[in-house]
Amino acid sequence: MRILVVEDDREAASYLTRGLKESGHIVDHAADGQDGLHLAMGGNYDVAVVDRMMPRMDGLTMVRRMRDEGNRTPVLFLSALGEVDDKVKGLRAGGDDYLAKPFAFTELLARIDALVRRNGQETVQTKLQVGDLELDLLSRTATRGGNKIDLQPREFLLLEYLMKHAGQVVTRTMLLENVWEYHFDPQTNVIDVHMSRLRAKLDKNFAEPLLHTIRGAGYSLRAAS
Amino acid sequence: MPLLELFRTATFRLAFTYVCLFAASVILLLGFIYWRTSAFIQRQADETIAAEIVGLAEQYRRRGVEGLRQVIVERSARAGISLYLLAGEDGTPIAGNVRAWPAGIASGPVNFSIERPTENGTESRPGHAILLTLPNGYRLLVGRDMKQVSEVEATIRNTLLYALGLTALFGVIGGAYISRNVMRRLELINRTSQEIMSGDLTRRIPVRGDRDELDHLAVNLNAMLDQIETLMTGMREVADNIAHDLRTPLNRLRNKLEGLTIGDGGTREDTIAALEGAIGEADNLIATFNSLLLIAEAETGAHRDTMEPVDLRDIVRDITDLYEPVAEQRGIKLEVSAPTSVPVRGNRSLLARAAANLVENALKFTPEGGQVRVTTASPRDEPPYLSVSDTGPGIPEEDRERVLDRFVRLERSRNTPGSGLGLSLVAAVARMHDGKVELGDNRPGLSAKFIFPRVLEATAAATSVNQQARHALPGPVAAQ
Repeated sequence: MRILVVEDDREAASYLTRGLKESGHIVDHAADGQDGLHLAMGGNYDVAVVDRMMPRMDGLTMVRRMRDEGNRTPVLFLSALGEVDDKVKGLRAGGDDYLAKPFAFTELLARIDALVRRNGQETVQTKLQVGDLELDLLSRTATRGGNKIDLQPREFLLLEYLMKHAGQVVTRTMLLENVWEYHFDPQTNVIDVHMSRLRAKLDKNFAEPLLHTIRGAGYSLRAAS
Repeated sequence: MPLLELFRTATFRLAFTYVCLFAASVILLLGFIYWRTSAFIQRQADETIAAEIVGLAEQYRRRGVEGLRQVIVERSARAGISLYLLAGEDGTPIAGNVRAWPAGIASGPVNFSIERPTENGTESRPGHAILLTLPNGYRLLVGRDMKQVSEVEATIRNTLLYALGLTALFGVIGGAYISRNVMRRLELINRTSQEIMSGDLTRRIPVRGDRDELDHLAVNLNAMLDQIETLMTGMREVADNIAHDLRTPLNRLRNKLEGLTIGDGGTREDTIAALEGAIGEADNLIATFNSLLLIAEAETGAHRDTMEPVDLRDIVRDITDLYEPVAEQRGIKLEVSAPTSVPVRGNRSLLARAAANLVENALKFTPEGGQVRVTTASPRDEPPYLSVSDTGPGIPEEDRERVLDRFVRLERSRNTPGSGLGLSLVAAVARMHDGKVELGDNRPGLSAKFIFPRVLEATAAATSVNQQARHALPGPVAAQ
């Protein structure tokens, strides 16, 4: 994956570039919004990771310019500001996701992954399938191996999100933000409890589990290849 | 107070300006009187002289020079202030009470000095006269002794000087008195301010109680000082708390990292486990900082412009939906009572966060088999509220205020995870919404009530109209 990192802080930038390169990506770095805009317009990137506060041109302006000039590269905003209002501002300017500093690197990788794949699947699907698990978005039913699974409305949303990101790592924060639309981290392990409930419904009575816990990162729904 | 310093004071300068203005008006007034009086006396003298000349001319025309001389001798013999002199062509006196013709002038009006005999010799007095030349070449002087006029003028001049002197004297004394008085009180305010600046925030400016401007100033300054002191104390407490409560986790983090650098290192798995523990500590610290930041933002009202209409029922439903599996896992019954919609104005995200904190708190302290009840309602004549009650140990009455402060953790929660910021955040969010948090006894357990301000009249009216409209709709029974 070709990733553009736009970050003025030298230490943060080198941490990001090194980590992303180690994860197997090709990384370009710009130290301010103007250079970032220049690179984004010229290069063909899969995703841009953009800091909000930067000299010369801030992240919001940079992304707004990108969008004005027709560049659709997915953008993940990074910022120390990190409150809900700032998230809203970032998304309004044309960003696709928002991550508050400080963050776990696994969280960043999972979000980049989710952004890039979302960008790929433009078509509206009415049926999702992972292995022998099927989800019908119209009749709102789930089946595994032909057997119906009873799901609460929220569990359905949770499974839908997991299936849309099948094979990827989704973090607890991503689930909380996208399924419950909460932008805070609860002190208790609420997400884990929900996931173990869902797991009981999905994987019970089946030899091959679909829902996997990824240590130190989150969850992943995938069929054995 | 040294005199020089007195001159520098604002009040003295003000008093001095008044003195100057007053003196100027005294000068103007008396000057005007002097000018008018002296002009009047002068004019009167001129008119009298003119009348006499008319009379003497008549005598001269009828009786000639000899007749004129006789009249002049007669009139000169009378006591009075009229002056006469008939002189020959060369100015030699012939008759009259003036001894010599004024030097150098033959005709026209003249001011001159005359010698008058007194008891002890002669004196020189001012005179004013008209000089004429008769048709036969003789000269005639008709005038007035002006001593009285100049005396009146001198009196007025003196009065003016005395008045000026007195005005200045009273002005300076009065100004000094007033400025000393005001200065003493301002000085007191200054001295108190200096004491406060040098660190004694408990000092206050004395109030005299006579309700003048200076008293108002003192009262206002004192009120300001009270507020500053409260804020300072609060800030200091927060700083102390942060320093104290963050030192412990930082220390744990440091120990974990240090443990990695010493000893034989152990297996790779051990190292990774230790590093993960350190990351966990760091994450806890970040969460604590985030909470502190959020509390600070809620307290400064940074989110005030994000207020929107929110239904508390939706928030309660979503939050209980999120925590229901947790309650079930812990064997706690989570009950919801939200029969009607509860419209309020608020920040959706912060309200959800506050509700989540209350529910988390309740779940944390309620034993297995217990019950947590989340209620929201907007009773008639009462403000809307959201309450969470549990059947846990509760909080002793004397601690209920205290637990809303930052980092306060009671003895019973020493062994449970938490930062001591959960309820503080709820309280801060409540303050931001102009509401409050009330902790009460659930007998047994804790009842935490997040109370909103009363619904605005307009909103209430709209709601009641809606309800009336709904009542007015024909129901199925009425339609039959």
